[in-house]
Amino acid sequence: MAEFEETLHKIVAEHLKARSVIGLKRLSGGASQETWSFSIETDQGTEALILRRAPGGGDGNSSGTAAGLETEAKLIALAGNAQVPVPLVRYVAKPQDGLGSCFIMTHIEGEALGAKIVRSEEFSKVRPALARQCGEALGRLHAISSDTLPPNLRRSPATDELKHYEGVYTAHGHPHPVFDLAFKWLEDHLPDEGRTTLVHGDFRNGNIMFDPTHGVVAVLDWELAHIGDPMEDLGWICVNSWRFGEIEKPVGGFGSREDMFAGYESASGIKVDPDRVKFWEVLGTLKWGIMCTTMYEAFKSGMDRSVERAAIGRRSSETEIDLLYLIAES
Amino acid sequence: MQDLPTANELISVVSEFLREQLLPELEGRKKFHTLVAANALDIVARELDTAPKANIEERQRLANLLGAEGSLAELNKTFCQALRLGKLDLETEGVKEHLWATTLAKLSVDQPKYSAFRKAQREGRI
Repeated sequence: MAEFEETLHKIVAEHLKARSVIGLKRLSGGASQETWSFSIETDQGTEALILRRAPGGGDGNSSGTAAGLETEAKLIALAGNAQVPVPLVRYVAKPQDGLGSCFIMTHIEGEALGAKIVRSEEFSKVRPALARQCGEALGRLHAISSDTLPPNLRRSPATDELKHYEGVYTAHGHPHPVFDLAFKWLEDHLPDEGRTTLVHGDFRNGNIMFDPTHGVVAVLDWELAHIGDPMEDLGWICVNSWRFGEIEKPVGGFGSREDMFAGYESASGIKVDPDRVKFWEVLGTLKWGIMCTTMYEAFKSGMDRSVERAAIGRRSSETEIDLLYLIAES
Repeated sequence: MQDLPTANELISVVSEFLREQLLPELEGRKKFHTLVAANALDIVARELDTAPKANIEERQRLANLLGAEGSLAELNKTFCQALRLGKLDLETEGVKEHLWATTLAKLSVDQPKYSAFRKAQREGRI
């Protein structure tokens, strides 16, 4: 820690003209990336910053689906240029800096806890505007020119996503009839490939920073970004697992699809096809159900013997009832 | 035949102990994991109550739908394949009813507070 802090101090002194580093603390215990918060003092005053870093200062290229930190930093900068609310990237580390793969961005004040956004009194005034704002943010994000995107982004059209998750489900080996019904439904409702754009990949209530007055202030967690069907992002934020109990408000538990689509159309000039969004909501729901079984597998294999890992296997049935409401309601 | 207390009584008393005695003493990750542990025991208690009957009914419905006999696990695997290949679908008589009944029975054990389960209760599906 002392060595890490010293190295960090040297970097911010050289590149951000900082006199000192204050209050360095680790925010998340996430397995995929480390997140640290700290402030620097400069001649202009104090600035609150966030450091995203590969675990233990590695090169950050271990996961097959994660975009990698350097790519993440590039995407955040591109999104900022496209008027998507994001933090400002202040510095991307070079190998000779000695901190491993990492970047520094501004710390944005706000609330990202989904349950607070959907229920807290503090957000009651701004809540009706949020679905539209999310649509606007996605409309701008999907308009980023593909020529400017980093070359190493994963491509994942619907057929690849389906194939991947069906493989995971089959390997799990436990029968879930509703999942089989959903795979068949998805195969029968597969949309034509259509337009492909940058997709955030994890755009949901919980990964968006909100302010009680201004609404959406930052879109966070870009590590699952890829190239694919832009409607994937609109479907994912509607998955019931991210509505925090507010089942009648499909967009994140705070708004309506109509409001999100209107925001999307006004920002992008592109009309939303609700059937295509529904396809991705069904796939997203199924995907989360299968991810719950995968987390249980981590327990079963002995990799993570926590109660939480074991118990999450019993949450896949939540997605089964959601799938029945989506494809077998009447 | 085992002596008393019943399995259900033992599980309930451990869950109560975790929630009422231990939880107030803890903080952070230990508190969170203890709550998850108590919830897991509640799942087991509900399963002991309802699963024996629900599993017999589920097996019987599957045997009727498939026109075959077998264990609950075997029939479920066959049913999965039939759904995946489209040999049985939502138009097949009894399939939709079976899927709803089975899923609601699972949720009543796993997570009876889940929003979609509560919605189903409000709609009188169970």
